[in-house]
Amino acid sequence: MAETQEPKGTKKSGMSRRNFLKNSGLVAGGIVGGGLFGGLIGSQMKKPKEEKKAAKETTNDAEARTFFSRSEDFETLSAAVERLYPEDKIGPGAIGLGVPYFIDRQLASDWGSNAKEYMKGPFPQNQEAAYYENLNTDQNKQGPNSVTQVAAPSPRYQTRMNRGEIFREGIKVLQESAQSNHKKKFFELEGEQMDEILTKMQEGKVRMNGIHSTVFFSLLLKTTIEGAYSDPVYGGNRDMAGWKMVEYPGPRMGYLGQIEDDEFAVMKQESLRDYQEMWG
Amino acid sequence: MAKKLEKVDVVVVGSGWAGGIVSAEAAKAGHKVVTLERGKPVDRQDYVGVKDELRFSDRYEMMQNLAPETITSRNTLDEEALPVRTRSEMMAGTDLGGGSVHWAGATYRWRPIDFEIRSKTIERYGEKKIPEGMIIRDWGITYDEMEPYYDKWEKTAGISGEPDPLGDKRSSDYPNPPIKESPAVRLFKDTTKKMGYHPYQVASANLSQSYKNPDGETIAQCMFCSFCTEYGCDFGAKSDPLVTVIPTAVKTGNCEIRTHSLVRRVLHENGKATGVMYVDLRTGLEYIQPADVVVLGAFSFTNNRLLMLSKIGEQYDPKTRKGVIGRNFNGQFGITFLGARGFFEDKKFNLFMGAGALGGTMSDFAGDNFDHTDLDFINGGGIELRQYGHGPIARNSVPKGTKNWGPDFKEKSIHYTNRSLVAWYTPAVMSWWHNYTSLDPTYTDEFGDPLLRITNKYTDHDKAMAKFGIEKCTEIMEKMGADIVDPDEIPEEFDHVYDGGHYAGGVSMGEDPETSAINNYLQLWDMENLFVVGGSAFPQFGGHHPTATIGALSYRASEGVIKYLKEPGLLTQPKKEGAKA
Repeated sequence: MAETQEPKGTKKSGMSRRNFLKNSGLVAGGIVGGGLFGGLIGSQMKKPKEEKKAAKETTNDAEARTFFSRSEDFETLSAAVERLYPEDKIGPGAIGLGVPYFIDRQLASDWGSNAKEYMKGPFPQNQEAAYYENLNTDQNKQGPNSVTQVAAPSPRYQTRMNRGEIFREGIKVLQESAQSNHKKKFFELEGEQMDEILTKMQEGKVRMNGIHSTVFFSLLLKTTIEGAYSDPVYGGNRDMAGWKMVEYPGPRMGYLGQIEDDEFAVMKQESLRDYQEMWG
Repeated sequence: MAKKLEKVDVVVVGSGWAGGIVSAEAAKAGHKVVTLERGKPVDRQDYVGVKDELRFSDRYEMMQNLAPETITSRNTLDEEALPVRTRSEMMAGTDLGGGSVHWAGATYRWRPIDFEIRSKTIERYGEKKIPEGMIIRDWGITYDEMEPYYDKWEKTAGISGEPDPLGDKRSSDYPNPPIKESPAVRLFKDTTKKMGYHPYQVASANLSQSYKNPDGETIAQCMFCSFCTEYGCDFGAKSDPLVTVIPTAVKTGNCEIRTHSLVRRVLHENGKATGVMYVDLRTGLEYIQPADVVVLGAFSFTNNRLLMLSKIGEQYDPKTRKGVIGRNFNGQFGITFLGARGFFEDKKFNLFMGAGALGGTMSDFAGDNFDHTDLDFINGGGIELRQYGHGPIARNSVPKGTKNWGPDFKEKSIHYTNRSLVAWYTPAVMSWWHNYTSLDPTYTDEFGDPLLRITNKYTDHDKAMAKFGIEKCTEIMEKMGADIVDPDEIPEEFDHVYDGGHYAGGVSMGEDPETSAINNYLQLWDMENLFVVGGSAFPQFGGHHPTATIGALSYRASEGVIKYLKEPGLLTQPKKEGAKA
């Protein structure tokens, strides 16, 4: 299973798990370590040895959850996107690129709440609507923008839920599937087991409330690709490692002197920040 | 209660090529013009330092906010239409300059047959060639009559190009030489030439050199930065209304541009337009702008809807096939622009470089340049290979049969990201009795006004054309040396994704008021001081990209507006259509 990101807050403030429990008054009556309360709190906090492992991952203050309140949801998301875009010999996978944080922030943005989409009712729940939701347009069936679209299906949107709500619902379904099929948490499953659940979602074979599971899967895949390759300002593409893998240089003034060249131009990656600094 | 403003000569709705050109020409002729734009004011400075793929290509920064208003869509008359809710399904530009700012810049003149498709098809193949239900017609204007307007627009926009070897008569060359050629474009041109075709460089509104247009506006040289289609140009090197007709209109001192101004109604009395009612979207206050002439130069959807909301002209009813407003809806989207994608093992292209209109093209299968006797369609289109230059979010194509996620997807998408090219067909689109626009009975905008409803389905004719184009593109891609060639698949039915911006018709041109809404000056038959300008005027779609034709029609309409202000009346007399559509 892929590594997941650890919460940083407790360590940074110098507050250990033990101190937190003590200060919060939760160490009372011997319930920590057993019983209902212990189970609740304990499962949300990392063991000290895991904190150590996390330290080398990142020291970026921008990497904190602002949409997903529950760390378990975030770990489920992280495990799922790493299956879609895994670490391999070419370079980092979705987690290493910061994709889960990218998605978290996108869902907290106006895009996540569908601020610029038409969200007025009625939202029909008839065969017709279900048909549209199920409709895939793959890259070979798209129109004028086929080359500017993520290589993922884009079923027509006909749900009253916004994207943030779809993600919450989808992640809940991933967790429920893991629990009912394997009696485990999603992120504790073997890779193949996770793939099996993801494939069923992609094929629309998992029941979801309000939408077809294909819609959620498409959204998950689309945002994963976006997180791997969008400018690092959005929280993904960490250290421009996504761009390095595809040899994309980032925004530049232009290529007037190179557009006719036969050789492939290998260039150092520059970010939007570098580009804006150049303009002053 | 709406506040009534001082009367002007001309009020123009919209500030893209259509509204912008009419505003500039009327203002240059000394008329007082007010131009109303629903979006915000922008200029080149708004596009400096913002080359950001996610924001512009995936979050549609320059597209209309759909929360207050969208369209609804269905395939057939007996279905209930549903709203097109997200901006990934509905591409329509907004802000000053409209959709003409985010455009790519590919420039084509349409062909003589595009303007006279009905009579020329009958002349060469006989009446039987036109299938039942296809309501194509001649425009009431010929290519030769359009030529001076094309020429004028090309000079305003500083188009950089070389003549189409299979093109039609031109009064002068493009004002600028063609833009540079990339290795991918060269490969396409060399290959198709060897195959006996007639390739040439796509004429481009991304300029090959710095240029001063006849109105005195300077357009800069294109840098091939790739942030072009779906973006504004940070160098002022893509010809758009912001660097041409809008400053031209403003500097006359005769044109006032009001942004954040959403027009909700055309006002009229006794068969004459008296002005428009609009809302300032910041304050919510309503205004009435009276004018002698009203010009609708907004996006085709808006032109259609404003007439319907204002109860002007007779709404088309597909059951009786009577009425003209909403009739002849057509456009290049969905089933058009299909072709083949090639994957190259031993070639690597700089696909992160490019320009909106950088490309090779050929007209061997356009218009009536090839014999249709044994083909089950009429007209045709260009075959193009374009190098827009794309960011990495967009470039993740993998050969068919590859799973679209997981280790194999990652490896192959990275491998092919700089090794995959597309050739596509840009076919003409015919109009049919069952494809039309009307007001939706259920869904409304933020003010409670009905949304525009599109009823659109594919026909066997569309599919035959798509199949033909895919076969030709597949052959070209194979000859180009691609190791894997994936032909596009023909979709069964229109999936309600309005991408590419080429939606047209509904307020279409013609000679007969029984079947057309406007005459060849884009003047409404039913209301002679109302001109409806833009892609909404196309009775059917030509076989190439539409912008030059919209530019040319806008110059034609400007002439009409100025003529009308001098001497009011119908500028063209109606004729009965020879054969009833």
